Amino acid sequence: MLTRKPVSSQIVLLMSIFFCLMIAAVSVFASTEGAAVPPPASDVAWWVWPLVLLVVTFVLGILAVLGGVGGGVLFVPIIGGFFPFNIDFVRGAGLLVALAGALAAGPGLLKRNLASLRLALPVALIASAAAIGGAMIGLALKPNVVNILLGATILFIVIIMATAKKSDFPNVPKPDNIAQSLGIMGIYREESIGKDVEWTVHKTPQGLLLFIVIGIMAGMFGLGAGWANVPVLNLLMGAPLKISVATSKFLLSITDTSAAWVYLNQGAVLPMIVVPSIVGIMLGSMVGVKILAKAKPKAIKWMVIGLLLFAGLRALLKGLEIWK
Amino acid sequence: MANERTQASEEQIVYANLLNKGMWSGLALLIITFIVYVSGVLPSHVPIEELSKTPPGSDVPYWSMRAHDFNQAFNIPTGWGWTALAGKGDYLNFVGIAWLAGLTILCYAAIIPILLRKKETQYLIIAIAEIAVLVLAASGILKVGGH
Repeated sequence: MLTRKPVSSQIVLLMSIFFCLMIAAVSVFASTEGAAVPPPASDVAWWVWPLVLLVVTFVLGILAVLGGVGGGVLFVPIIGGFFPFNIDFVRGAGLLVALAGALAAGPGLLKRNLASLRLALPVALIASAAAIGGAMIGLALKPNVVNILLGATILFIVIIMATAKKSDFPNVPKPDNIAQSLGIMGIYREESIGKDVEWTVHKTPQGLLLFIVIGIMAGMFGLGAGWANVPVLNLLMGAPLKISVATSKFLLSITDTSAAWVYLNQGAVLPMIVVPSIVGIMLGSMVGVKILAKAKPKAIKWMVIGLLLFAGLRALLKGLEIWK
Repeated sequence: MANERTQASEEQIVYANLLNKGMWSGLALLIITFIVYVSGVLPSHVPIEELSKTPPGSDVPYWSMRAHDFNQAFNIPTGWGWTALAGKGDYLNFVGIAWLAGLTILCYAAIIPILLRKKETQYLIIAIAEIAVLVLAASGILKVGGH
């Protein structure tokens, strides 16, 4: 007997095929070398690019929500790999895309007490200071070096996404001295079990050290760092999964702010790239949230992993000048 | 049902409310200024149709250049120098971008009186330090060398 796939899965599948075709078309049009039949980027009317960017980022916004990743982590390797824009401008836009998403989600998460200011503030101070350093390093490096490092990072993220476990309610026997002194703890209502959950954290010094690395990477590559924040908050420091995800999202609004200023001050921001991308990702995220209720997250997660794998390899090969 | 134990703290609510208002106004500003930019109502410092063109002596279009080279090609000032160009269609967009990027500083400033009143000394120091970090990043003092 034939089994019928849910309509939402078919929509996502069709969207993915359309997205791949669009990316293929963009990469052909963006090529400035030997494109005898399709016109090079400079011959395409300027308005085509923001329009294509809007459509691509709209689809990215949907996939990001369904795949449980931030928009920035998909945006930088895909737009950097397949559009004709310099990686400096793509990273600047990537930070602002991640920042806009975090700013939009932040108020709701804070009000529902899922994002915790007590947890976020100390971590954000470390990560945002490190992100400034990361942004300065990133803008000083040669583009091919950035692409190689970006490709390697994206492939590392793929491994984390494919293998990392998550823990809904990690066991924290005792808060460490820093957590105790700062009072990093809270209570939230866990609707899935109908109970109030008390939480605290441990291993704060190790967590703060890792946030230095996360901040540098976020600033250097223009990536939102949710992929790294969540495992550190949840698996290392022992915050419940919901608190970790929500605090991580809110945290990006602070970490990415500091790095975004560096890009802005260095003139690495082009409104023609930034605005359609922010609007596209935000609209896509809104649609994604609606599809999420019906879609099969596991299948989509693997699709996003596949997409990241492809984009990571593209960045790596572009940096190594194997696939220009 | 939300009870007192699970409610967000006063500073968290103040932060959230300001963030919410600031985010929506910033987003609206961004969209309006972008429409002004692409419609050509105001002249642009760098005409939008120029971005995809390849300048003489270069093998890449302007938008494929490194930010440093792009700024040199169009004599664009770095740091807060863009404010002098805010009357131009393209740099008008920077007002909304800077608003969104500066919002976090305002939110931190808004919770300082609450932390002070609650005598949350450690968090007060953290909040002031964070403002200092963000103001340093926003100041344009930090220069990136080497290209």
